[in-house]
Amino acid sequence: MHTLLLLGDEAIAQAGIDAGMSGMYAYPGTPSTEIMEFVQGSREAAMKTIHREWSANEKTAMEAALGMSYAGKRAMVAMKHVGLNVAADGFINAAITGVNGGLIVVAADDPSMHSSQNEQDSRFYAKFSFVPVLEPSNQQEAYDMVFAGFEISEKYKVPVMLRITTRLAHSRSGVKRKGERKQNALTLPSDPRQFVLLPAIARRRYHGLLGIYESLRYDETLGSFNQYYEGSDRRLGIISFGISFNYLTENYPDRDVGMPVLKICSYPVDNSLLERIAAGSDELLVLEEGYPVMEELLKGILSGGKSVKGRLDGTLPREGELNPAIVAAALGLPATRGGEVPEIVRMRPPSFCKGCGHADMYNALHEALAGYAPGRVFSDIGCYTLGALPPYNAINSCVDMGASVTMAVGAADAGLVPSVAVIGDSTFTHSGMTGLLDAVIKNSPVTVIISDNSTTGMTGGQQSHATDRLESICEGLGVDRKHIRTIVPLRKNHEENIAIMKEELAYNGVSVIIARRECIQTASRRKKEAVKQTDNK
Amino acid sequence: MRNDIILAGVGGQGILSIAAVIGLAAVERGLYLKQSEVHGMSQRGGDVQSHLRLSDSPVASDLIPYGKADLIISVEPMESLRYLPWLSSSGWLVTNSTPFVNIPDYPETDRIMSEIRKVKNHIIIDADAIAKESGSARSGNMVVLGAASGYIDIPFESLSDAVRSLFGKKGEEIVEVNLKALRAGRNFIM
Repeated sequence: MHTLLLLGDEAIAQAGIDAGMSGMYAYPGTPSTEIMEFVQGSREAAMKTIHREWSANEKTAMEAALGMSYAGKRAMVAMKHVGLNVAADGFINAAITGVNGGLIVVAADDPSMHSSQNEQDSRFYAKFSFVPVLEPSNQQEAYDMVFAGFEISEKYKVPVMLRITTRLAHSRSGVKRKGERKQNALTLPSDPRQFVLLPAIARRRYHGLLGIYESLRYDETLGSFNQYYEGSDRRLGIISFGISFNYLTENYPDRDVGMPVLKICSYPVDNSLLERIAAGSDELLVLEEGYPVMEELLKGILSGGKSVKGRLDGTLPREGELNPAIVAAALGLPATRGGEVPEIVRMRPPSFCKGCGHADMYNALHEALAGYAPGRVFSDIGCYTLGALPPYNAINSCVDMGASVTMAVGAADAGLVPSVAVIGDSTFTHSGMTGLLDAVIKNSPVTVIISDNSTTGMTGGQQSHATDRLESICEGLGVDRKHIRTIVPLRKNHEENIAIMKEELAYNGVSVIIARRECIQTASRRKKEAVKQTDNK
Repeated sequence: MRNDIILAGVGGQGILSIAAVIGLAAVERGLYLKQSEVHGMSQRGGDVQSHLRLSDSPVASDLIPYGKADLIISVEPMESLRYLPWLSSSGWLVTNSTPFVNIPDYPETDRIMSEIRKVKNHIIIDADAIAKESGSARSGNMVVLGAASGYIDIPFESLSDAVRSLFGKKGEEIVEVNLKALRAGRNFIM
């Protein structure tokens, strides 16, 4: 079949379409966003009527995927690593319920925090939940692993995690497609109580899950992604996990490392493979992208005498993603660095687009708050987080999706009055609504500014669930209609907007100010589309 | 055959289009390819780069090792310097000369140019001006690609074909403007 040039994300999406997936569920988050975008843009997915709408957040996405699996069909749910925190309740308990139709959970980790607030390693969640993991080292494996993942999921009736990291998610390479699989028919679980996690049932299912997890170590399909390479120089044995294999072989022009290498791309690992390389080499070097998850296991607490090198002993950096140079240094190979970056080169951090409504909102807020002591603006995750940077220096927090509202409530409880939350429209419907309900219940003196650009902006402009609904949502949650104010953040409205903000800051209860102006990126895209439509008429 | 190329610029300047053109041409010629991109937060006016690796044998790492890049193609002069640690001693640096100033402490252009001239193999091209002459101020990225095309082991005709199929959806006019920009960049070095 024709080779396609696909991002790792796109390879996973195409594989889902080809492997008989009936539903794709996700909330946008770098580096996972392009999986859903690809499915949404695919003509084949449309022809196969695959469900492919964005969900309100990762938890609703996870649960909808589980529901589709309950009904016997294959489902995939994709999220960035911190999205798995949001989905964790559903994810961990889905391991206990098990699945009916195949279920793949794609977790896209971001070591080095290119676009994230931490570099947590999703393999921990999988281990914690007794869920098998597939971790591709290249785009073709990413594609193939979706087929294998559904197969394993349906064979063992467990969810399967597909763990990728930023470099694979956002790197393009040639991918060969396999033959297509049909979607499953609607079939309910054979045991009607499988998904009813009452304690007595849950205990039985958990016992079963522990047994399944052990037998997965010896599953042939899972094991087919691991490989042992012999090497004559046995002073060092190298165990590579996922894409770190590439950074290893990159350092050897003919790809022959000359030492024993164990390439692992699936978990749980057959211990005999680990024992084999340990027995065949004097020392071990562990290469893994993310946390030293396996290194810690291999080292143990009472080390058995075998020297294990890696992120824990300083052979590799404890933090951040790997690259060929880091691995070369760990192997004692010479550095190949070119020239140095000239001293005149300056940092160029991301910034608001010219004409962005968030910027006008912050300019007004800055003046409205002039009479108050600083340190009272809690913000959230999105483009408006860039308000933390100069010249705005406008926000005092950015923690997790929705935390602006609830942290403002807690700070107000402590006496920081008024407390201000700045949250985007999509983040508000993701996780801000429940916090606003808390505020309403205790009539907390907080001013919640929903900076509504009518899109999910930072990830490239995906549909926002909040569009055209914010006023009615806030009113429905119990915010007094008189204190739901809508402003248009434009320079010409500057004075008026300051006045409205000042009024609401002075109000001793819950206020919501909706600062609404369409994202200039999506607006210009929409205009171009409109011109194209007219041209075609 | 092996070409390791770093594409550099500022978010929104079109480096991913350059990558897409080279990538498409490479795949059409049956070459192996890995191309790593930056998405997400950095795209908002921040520095962006893409590692593009072409080879007639499978490519291992998605990232180019330090000191191994054969070519830096940059649509912004200061950004071209950010990636010097990757450039090999025999590699070429091809850059646009028009600065994109969106930070308060952007260095003086003269100092940037003198740093670029210290690189043994360099080409500085006023891609913005040439793009304007070609009929579209927005196709400066194709001008820079044209100027760099002599250092990529892919025939120029293949790159032109890739431009045609990549921009085809946007209409014949867009295709022609981009092809003109690509050729103008190519003529600059011939």
